Amino acid sequence: MRGELHYDAVVIGAGTAGLVAGARLAEAGARVCVLAKGVGSTHLAPGTIDVLGHAPERVSSPGGALEEFAAAHPDHPYAALGAEIVNDSLQWFLERVADGPLAGYRYVGSLERNHVLPTAIGALRPSALVPETMAAGDAQSGSDRVCVVGSRSLRDFHPALCAANLSHAGIAARAVDIEIEVDRADENALGLARRFDDPDWRKGFAARLALKLQADERVGLPAVLGARDPHGVLADLERRLGRRVFEIPTLPPSVPGMRLFEILRSALRRAGGRLVLGAEVVGHDRSSSRVNAVATHAGGRDVHYAAPWFVLAAGGFASGAIELDSSWATHERVLGLPLRGVPDQTEPRFVAEYLAEQPMSRVGVAVDAELRAEGVENVLVAGAALPGAVSWREGSGEGIALASGSHAANLVLAQAGARTGAAA
Amino acid sequence: MTAGGNVSAGMTGIDELLRGSLDHCVKCTICETQCPVSNVTPLFPGPKYAGPQAERYRVGGEPSVEWSVDYCSGCGICSMSCPQGVKIAEINAQARHKLKREHGIPLRDRLITRPTWLGRAGTPVAPLANFTLGFKPLRVLGEKTLGVHRNGPAPKFAGRRFSRWARGHSGPGTGRRIVYFHGCGTEYYEPWEGQKIVEILEHNGFRVEVPKQDCCGLPLQSSGLFDDARKVVLRLARALAPHVRDDPDTIIVGNATSCTLMLKREAREILGIEGDPDLKLVSERTYDICELLLELHDRGELKTDFRPVDEHIAYHAPCQQQGHYIGKPALELFALIPGLEVSEMNARCCGIAGTYGLKAEKYDIAMAVGADLFAQVEASGAGEVACDSETCRWQITHATGHKSAHPIDYLHRAYGL
Repeated sequence: MRGELHYDAVVIGAGTAGLVAGARLAEAGARVCVLAKGVGSTHLAPGTIDVLGHAPERVSSPGGALEEFAAAHPDHPYAALGAEIVNDSLQWFLERVADGPLAGYRYVGSLERNHVLPTAIGALRPSALVPETMAAGDAQSGSDRVCVVGSRSLRDFHPALCAANLSHAGIAARAVDIEIEVDRADENALGLARRFDDPDWRKGFAARLALKLQADERVGLPAVLGARDPHGVLADLERRLGRRVFEIPTLPPSVPGMRLFEILRSALRRAGGRLVLGAEVVGHDRSSSRVNAVATHAGGRDVHYAAPWFVLAAGGFASGAIELDSSWATHERVLGLPLRGVPDQTEPRFVAEYLAEQPMSRVGVAVDAELRAEGVENVLVAGAALPGAVSWREGSGEGIALASGSHAANLVLAQAGARTGAAA
Repeated sequence: MTAGGNVSAGMTGIDELLRGSLDHCVKCTICETQCPVSNVTPLFPGPKYAGPQAERYRVGGEPSVEWSVDYCSGCGICSMSCPQGVKIAEINAQARHKLKREHGIPLRDRLITRPTWLGRAGTPVAPLANFTLGFKPLRVLGEKTLGVHRNGPAPKFAGRRFSRWARGHSGPGTGRRIVYFHGCGTEYYEPWEGQKIVEILEHNGFRVEVPKQDCCGLPLQSSGLFDDARKVVLRLARALAPHVRDDPDTIIVGNATSCTLMLKREAREILGIEGDPDLKLVSERTYDICELLLELHDRGELKTDFRPVDEHIAYHAPCQQQGHYIGKPALELFALIPGLEVSEMNARCCGIAGTYGLKAEKYDIAMAVGADLFAQVEASGAGEVACDSETCRWQITHATGHKSAHPIDYLHRAYGL
């Protein structure tokens, strides 16, 4: 058919789950194409790998808590995935970071123990794997006080607020403002990160900052320590300042998130997987229990991507892949799949307390025990499209994304292998 | 196929496309991280600011609210990256058009956006024209009088036209018909690219038709001259449509990715031309050459009798090629050529954006935009740089000194044609 391309697997979505599924399929030799409407959630998230942070009390050992958590939440993705695949996907991820495009940059941590990292407002957030550039922010590490450094050039980062809240939490902290000359009204995190990549600029910055520091202080900076060479930037600053330095996640855009995207994109590309951006899935061809092809607009006509397997990793409400329309009906907008966890017509859609668990928050694509979309034998669901999790409350988003992306890849490979075996 | 998404009701045509997409902006800033221009100059504050944000203050009939949108190069990366589907670049192109209408269009923008005029004038006197374009004192004069930067990468007139070669070329006479849209770059500056494409298509069993054709209007559009651009692209659609109208299996293929994008999408999504049957037909049938060859390969219809090409090249997918939303088919084709080592560049833009980098006030910005790519080319250790767009190739060669060629060149070499 004209306008049709064939792959072993087509992945929809280029966030963490989609890129992991695509990369792992490609690494196993599958011809894989990742289609995405745009750049995914990575650029908006802190760049940490949160596996299980609250259940609902703060979790100190995500590995230890996972089994009990899964048993208590039989509809949660972790109940289907299990601790083994979570651990496997974390190991895979650590290796890809090490072999990735950012020389020397690594993530630290394990399932044994959560880091407890300050957020931009000085709250404490548990996370399993964190970029090396954030590790020294761990509230559990060391007795040195924290000096939160900000600049008016980065308007959305308020060091005084961050330091005050850290102090409330029992971590001695103070705030310092430092002038950063920018050539516009303000600068976003990426713009500052580019400056930090420049060794000469960094030298001047470190010299000015050193004058403001006190003994026995570690330095918390907004997460702008280099887009290209974060490992080098961190080492250089720590050497020049003679103390530990760490990044605190910013409001979007998230520089550590952009690094994460580059690492996963690079893993996909190096394994020979395709990535097509701007390729919103606008239609699909389905027979009773299978999706045969998906269509994207490419100018004046559609391109059809046919495959025996599809991985749906397009996200949930935040990305727009799941929507609640003005007549209070919910839809999965990519493939029109049935959803799970939608409150009955008679039940409230929202509760008044904003930060409480909202009735819609566990909505996701209805899946079976293998995370296959219900009623469609060749569509696997991964990441925030899965039902049963409230990842922002649990601190579980990246753990679910890595594990479910890996699981989807494994399932496709096992089934394809079984088919090849049967044919042979 | 069943439609997955909802369609907003009550708006038509370009309004629905652009203003309708505006409300999907959640201010996530992903476009700001991707914009090659705002990342190197404060003169353009970024796609989100100039686009979805400023758009709320733009009212029909009222004066333009800000000037910075003139510094948008129109590369389109913002629209491609937006996870919510906001047509940011298209919104900004409309605002640029309005600005130009209000404040008048410089003579320079009327001249350098007319490749057909330039080509026809320059071709017969190519040695003189090339001397003029390469002669510094005259370029300085051109910068002072017209505002075309003295160092801007001007192409060399080939001194012969591709269409002339095509008329004299006797093809196989049999095989599947295909219509070749060569564009102005191939016609006046790089006729050999067209010859290679014809030979590759014929090698794969096609009978190539080369209709009489003109500019697609893209340079006019990118400088905000929409009325002229509409006339020009419709004239091209009239020239191409009769060649495909009666046969649903005949398609149009082109090697100028920005010009094929104009036919595929931008005439509708930026110039707002709706309901023209010729344009619609041409838009549906137009393929980029690498897109076509990849699809042929997918169907098992591409000859793969490739000889080794023992070279290491860099590949840069230009913004306008990325705007086709088809990924990077050239890379899949390169993978079929034994011996060819390819380094994929991971930079966003070379900076030239058609005629943007030729303009005196924008040359330095364009070079700063491209700096990332130029550094990656150097670091890759590659010899030549493959790139689908001609103005990008000229910019890359201008900035790095590395020879640059269309991806098709390497296939042509591998076929031994």
